Amino acid sequence: MREPAALETVDVTCTFQVSQGFMKGKKPLRAVNGVSLKIPKGQVVGLVGESGCGKSTLANILLGLQKPTAGDVLYNGQNSATFNRRDVARRIQPIFQDPYSSLNPTKTIKSIISLPLKIHEVGDPSEWDKKVYEMLDIVGLPKRVANSYPSQMSGGQRQRVAIARALIMRPEVVICDEPTSALDVSVQSQILNLLQDLKTELGLTYLLISHNLAVVEHMADRVAVMYLGRIVEEAEADSLFRSPRHPYTRALLDSVLTPDPRLGVPDTHLGAVFPNPIDPPSGCSFHPRCAQCIPICSDDKPSPFVDAGHLTECHLYETEDQRVAAQ
Amino acid sequence: MTKPETILDVQNLKVDIPVSAGVLHPVRGISFSVGRRETLCIVGESGCGKSLTSFSLMGLLPKKAIRTTDKMDFLGTDLSTLSEREMAEIRGGSMAMIFQEPMTSLNPSYTIGNQLEEVYMRHIERNRKAARDRAVYLLEKVGITAARSRLNQYPHQLSGGLRQRVMIAMALMCGPDLIIADEPTTALDVTIQAQILHLLAELQEEFDMGMILITHDLGIVARVADKVQVMYAGKTVEEGPCIDVFDNPLHPYTQGLLRCIPVPGKTRRGQRLGSVPGIVPNLVGDLQGCMFRNRCEYAGAACETMGHQATQAGGGHAFTCTRTLDEARRGLRAVEAA
Repeated sequence: MREPAALETVDVTCTFQVSQGFMKGKKPLRAVNGVSLKIPKGQVVGLVGESGCGKSTLANILLGLQKPTAGDVLYNGQNSATFNRRDVARRIQPIFQDPYSSLNPTKTIKSIISLPLKIHEVGDPSEWDKKVYEMLDIVGLPKRVANSYPSQMSGGQRQRVAIARALIMRPEVVICDEPTSALDVSVQSQILNLLQDLKTELGLTYLLISHNLAVVEHMADRVAVMYLGRIVEEAEADSLFRSPRHPYTRALLDSVLTPDPRLGVPDTHLGAVFPNPIDPPSGCSFHPRCAQCIPICSDDKPSPFVDAGHLTECHLYETEDQRVAAQ
Repeated sequence: MTKPETILDVQNLKVDIPVSAGVLHPVRGISFSVGRRETLCIVGESGCGKSLTSFSLMGLLPKKAIRTTDKMDFLGTDLSTLSEREMAEIRGGSMAMIFQEPMTSLNPSYTIGNQLEEVYMRHIERNRKAARDRAVYLLEKVGITAARSRLNQYPHQLSGGLRQRVMIAMALMCGPDLIIADEPTTALDVTIQAQILHLLAELQEEFDMGMILITHDLGIVARVADKVQVMYAGKTVEEGPCIDVFDNPLHPYTQGLLRCIPVPGKTRRGQRLGSVPGIVPNLVGDLQGCMFRNRCEYAGAACETMGHQATQAGGGHAFTCTRTLDEARRGLRAVEAA
């Protein structure tokens, strides 16, 4: 039997009731709408999509911070319903985007990093300091910062502290939500290198959420593209970046600005407006912005088509024949 | 090709800010010029002084900051001699700015229409109907549908991309000659970023404007810039035509930055990225020599006392380093004078 994935969602849906205004009724907003995603052990899965597509809600569900309305989350093949919050936190830890707001400014670095040990009552408090120093060493910070406060550190150093805090419990999975987008380019490369080293040293599994496709391509083994609560394309990174299928993925890839001075700014042909998730378009939710829209797109929802591990949810790829015709 | 008419010419701009520990020198003598239809990109990391440079052009520096300059010529007017009242005439009129955060730079308690019309009525004429027509025209120009009904909306009713488009429309209200865009797309999605940059380039062509684009994203710089200026610790370390700087970066800092970014198709997965070790120096007090020396792989004794003379590499491409042009091209250390 194959080893179960470190983290898996099965048809997860998360619906919020959104108020329409004073004295008006509430409407459902499907932030995540039937997502099945596997994160195999030891791999990096990239999750990309525009703001408002449900990436962060999905991350919250995986972290156990948000209960899905429907569907299951499996940790190593076991249903999350059998775990409590603490068990989940032992296995899965987050690294957030903004190291300026994700660290408590009134605590020292030492107490920030050792907090998980305290909460989970791991070992003897006298050993905590040793563990903190060990962690500081792993993330490349000098011992002397242990008694500093976050305000005394630079953005890159703070992100290292956030990484140390996430790793001190030795979790299996780390969910990195835009880990480098608040950082300068030279610091970004240091953090990416660090994440990669830690992955090999500690055998970690990452879910990397980012809108920077160059970063995702550099780090990820598998990539999932999310649009309006659905995963519209998922494949091995090589396959997805070499031969993207969904028109949305292509548009995303086209908008990546590589530092090539001979090319101009690409025209993505995407309309400006990201649809309102409270009132999603009929049929395929991408059809109003799609350059390859065909009549069926506005009426019927496409169903996922899987071919050699490459999932696409688009009417152009629903059957083998259409796939050939579209290429 | 004829050289474009110069709109802005700045020589030796310095900004000093007195702080409790001494005097902070965030901008330490930079020079640049922008022509019509020309895009100058100022690149650098946080704290290199790029935003203060743009604020000092607009006269928006904090009160205690001291600006000195040899020359600050904007269409024949010397900006450094203008009073606050005269500067207010230019600001938003013939020189306009697009800020980084479209969320915070629009006033949440006024409608979009109100804020757009105010600019026009303040600078051109107190005619609300003309102002409204101009606002609708520009909102359509920047790709906003149903422009007339948008005028009655408040900023919170618009998405980030739309707000940035409104900011661009606002900058264009009085037909400026120069646009200063400070990280105009940092807060936006990649797809929207491409659209906004596309739009800016189109509008620049159509309205005959010069543009100063301030960013830390080398991808953007490569795609839109005519000229590039790389700043480090308040100084220009390298400048030149975009193609030359990207093809033959000469300063160790520029070279380091270009090695830091993953490039699809060039960097392999899992491969280590290059990095620029160390951190940005403190700019308080008396600063001597090259400020990059403690992070530089080529640093030598000469770097501690070097002056600010730029080495020319031809075609306007220049860099400030102790290495000679030949040494920089071949990636060698500077030969120490005996």
